[in-house]
Amino acid sequence: MNSRPPMWKCDKTIPSDLDAGHASIDELMSALESAGWEGRDVFHIQMAIEEAVVNAIEHGNKRDASKTVHVIYIVDAESAEMTITDQGQGFDHRNVADPTEEERLDQPRGRGVLLIRELMCEVRYNEKGNSVWMRKVRSKDEPEAS
Amino acid sequence: MATYRRINVMDNGGVHVVHFVDKKIVDSATIEQLGDELTGLVINEKKNMLLLNFDSVEFMSSAALNKLISLNKKVKDAAGQLKLCCLRPEIGEVFKITRLDRVFDIRKDEASGLSAFKL
Repeated sequence: MNSRPPMWKCDKTIPSDLDAGHASIDELMSALESAGWEGRDVFHIQMAIEEAVVNAIEHGNKRDASKTVHVIYIVDAESAEMTITDQGQGFDHRNVADPTEEERLDQPRGRGVLLIRELMCEVRYNEKGNSVWMRKVRSKDEPEAS
Repeated sequence: MATYRRINVMDNGGVHVVHFVDKKIVDSATIEQLGDELTGLVINEKKNMLLLNFDSVEFMSSAALNKLISLNKKVKDAAGQLKLCCLRPEIGEVFKITRLDRVFDIRKDEASGLSAFKL
């Protein structure tokens, strides 16, 4: 018998369209719920994946209808992994201006990258900068849902 | 009198308390409409003493944060005051990570939000 917890995987290519992106996020959120995730962890994943998918569609592919976004979501009871790859030119995540600097606090750019970094346990970008992999490990002391 | 789809607005002694219709503020069309309605309050209706009550909001993206930043600028330009209240802890954490808790006056509940206005 295999004692590993059940795993859910979604591997699909979606158009550069926010509705399609949100539909894939809805699938991920349902899978998390089915796997028993709740509360703060779920919020963190939703925030990170929302930023990553919207970044891929809007900034990566620039909503170009001829380009697609490849998403891979893997969820089990203990961890969630998400990979989002667009067909854009990529960006250097190490050179994104810090949005928390005093003079940048009222600027719109850079918060998505910051939130992904802060809310996920592990984050990696490929060399080109058009693909991000992120992982969240379920909190041990997750409080009961109120 | 303007009609709103994304917000409900109530006058409370000169402070306009704004409640959000949507539990999740993520969809780009929703965010655009929300931004337009909030801007309309300040620019068209000259309501620049605003308390945004987030008690019904479970999730919001950074695109929605950008609308709040834009609103804050417009309220300041109009010599008004903007305050936020009733943020659930996870959303409060987002404000803290992005340091927007230093940009916005965030109060625990509506009563303390209302009493913080200098009228």
